[in-house]
Amino acid sequence: MFLAAIFLILAVVLTPKAATNFPFFLQIVIYGIADGAIFALIALGYTMVYGIIELINFAHGDIFTLGAFMSMPLISAFGLSEGQSSGVVVWLLLLVITVIVMVINGGVNVLIERVAYRPLRHAPRLAPLITAVGVSFILEGIMYVWRGASNVHYPDLLPDTRIPLIGSASLGVKDIIVIVTAIVLVVLLTIFIGGTRLGKAMRATAQDREAAQLMGIDINRTISATFFIGAVLAGAGGVIFGLYFNSVRFDLGFEAGLFAFTAAVFGGIGNLQGAALGGLFIGLVQAFATANFLPGGAAVSDIWVFMILIIVLVFRPTGLLGMQVPEK
Amino acid sequence: MNRRNGRAALTTDTAMRWASGWFQSRNRTIYTLLIIGALLYPSLMDIVTGGEGNHWIGTAAFAGVFVLLAIGLNTVVGFAGLLDLGYAAFFAIGAYTYGMFASGQLLASPLHHEFHIPFWVMLLVGVFVAACFGIILGAPTLRLRGDYLAIVTLGFGEIVPRLVQYLGAGSPIGNWTGGVNGIAAIDPPKLPIILTGPWFGLGTPFGVVKNFDFFNPLAYPLDFYWLMAILIVVCIVLATNLQNSRIGRAWMAVREDEVAAAASGVNTVAIKLTAFAIGASFAGFAGAFYGAQLSLVSSDNFEFIVSVTILIMVVLGGMGNIPGVIVGALLIYTTQYVVLTNLPDWTTSLATAVGLTGLNQAHGDWVGLHDEVQRLNYLIFGVILVAVMVLRPQGLFPSRVREQELEKGTEEQAVFDLRAEET
Repeated sequence: MFLAAIFLILAVVLTPKAATNFPFFLQIVIYGIADGAIFALIALGYTMVYGIIELINFAHGDIFTLGAFMSMPLISAFGLSEGQSSGVVVWLLLLVITVIVMVINGGVNVLIERVAYRPLRHAPRLAPLITAVGVSFILEGIMYVWRGASNVHYPDLLPDTRIPLIGSASLGVKDIIVIVTAIVLVVLLTIFIGGTRLGKAMRATAQDREAAQLMGIDINRTISATFFIGAVLAGAGGVIFGLYFNSVRFDLGFEAGLFAFTAAVFGGIGNLQGAALGGLFIGLVQAFATANFLPGGAAVSDIWVFMILIIVLVFRPTGLLGMQVPEK
Repeated sequence: MNRRNGRAALTTDTAMRWASGWFQSRNRTIYTLLIIGALLYPSLMDIVTGGEGNHWIGTAAFAGVFVLLAIGLNTVVGFAGLLDLGYAAFFAIGAYTYGMFASGQLLASPLHHEFHIPFWVMLLVGVFVAACFGIILGAPTLRLRGDYLAIVTLGFGEIVPRLVQYLGAGSPIGNWTGGVNGIAAIDPPKLPIILTGPWFGLGTPFGVVKNFDFFNPLAYPLDFYWLMAILIVVCIVLATNLQNSRIGRAWMAVREDEVAAAASGVNTVAIKLTAFAIGASFAGFAGAFYGAQLSLVSSDNFEFIVSVTILIMVVLGGMGNIPGVIVGALLIYTTQYVVLTNLPDWTTSLATAVGLTGLNQAHGDWVGLHDEVQRLNYLIFGVILVAVMVLRPQGLFPSRVREQELEKGTEEQAVFDLRAEET
């Protein structure tokens, strides 16, 4: 009912824009989906961590940036540079780099959990929130010391080829890569959470930690695994962000993290498909606002995102796909 | 003993006993030290800097703004247990309310008229407006379970600075807030009208009293310092009385167990709304003062990071304990805005003093000591936060009740102590 209302309003606002210049509208939708795919990858980490230990992990956005930053020296180490012909070798090397970044990123996040969150598991609930902010500062500080305060150019390795669609609209190879990567990772994650033993342990721990422990589940290992997987996805998000936008900055993850967290809440926190959907939705809303489809134009695109967030939470507090969970 | 026998003679012995009794309460000790510190600070700064203490006295008045904010957020987070991640929004609302109605700003707005309402009136208006926004935001959201409030306030905290930035020159409904430039040249507070009547200002008709520039923030930071001190004392008294009142007990009941509180006849939604609105009004109060002292409001001063900083002050100082959060606010303010801001300059002069001037110049990858140290700011602050929280998760000076809960733990925690298993 409520969802129908939201989509109806959006449809009423957007239909005239789509009718007047459909190719342009389609182009904006493509950009929105590509942006949203990256938000979705970050949002998954937020939603998993929140689902299992009810912590808003403010450092998660910076884990995403760290992924982008770590891939840059790897790219030069593997001998990749701009302007090369993009053959199969380049694709394979990029895949290898992404996997390495994902694993290192996961390790870093497990270490962070071990040092900054695990000692505080019985502390007042706000204590780990503050250490999360602290870790966020530390990660941003490390990247600041490493590459300075200004924008850093990220090597443009993907082909700029675009496939023409209707009229002036076109679908870039980069767009396809971003979207496909996100879809593949979300599907793999869903299979993992739904089908494996560890995934089952994660779901059990998220539902009731004490009961799960009584059933013989190693809580610490499960929580570490959750942090690992969250960072793996964020790391992949960081690499494809770099390849897509070709510019990164040390405090990039701050705002991206805020939006991704919004996406996680929007989709129903703790719900994986919800986080992915929320990411897409936020990417689209931002793209529409930036393209002047929504009142106020680009200057207020963020205001739209947060307004919709508040409205959704007030009328449907469990998010788009979230289920009613009793308060612990 | 002496007192009970009716012998009120103040011997050294009774004084000592009285003093040891007084200082047995940690909070009283903190308050005593804070009062002595506040009284001595201006003279001390003048002596240390050789008569040039004005800058440091002004800094202390700004720190006072954060003390007010921390006391206010403590009402929401510490007493009522509601997580507010957008507290700076209410701070902004207070500051902008004062800025708009005490400067030439609204001449550019569709109203085409400038307002110069006195500071003292606007202080109360700021409180009222911020509280209204708190109620508007809180009423629909406080029915939700705890964490959703945090997220809604986070969203609100993001919207407000962006909205004031948008409502500048060129917005469809006119220039209300000065946009990215903010509002400048805001009126400083003036003495009340009874003192500045028609007899004020020699040379004007009826003027018999000399005109003196009281409350000019740049020339007289000391005025602001004392005004701030008085306002803080008022707020401490207010907050302490609230804590010990029926409302305060209801807040703590809701914080500890909402269902049990509701079962005991507490109207949980109303009581949470009260906490939220009172917290917002403290921020409005602080905001109006901040606008007056800085004489400039700009959306940059109310970003998410400010909300987080205030939250850090409250949690690190010791949630729920007013002297604790005051100390937390002063410590974090000093670390962030005094030590870390000046560290690059200090290290540079230290290097010069010990003859390592080579370090100050940039060569190769080394960008000079000043910039290198500046780059470390984030890292240092983050390490401090993590270290303090891991070492003292309950905060520096927690309230007694919370401390005991943590030390002994509830039965449930004792059974499932994960840390015990780990070792």
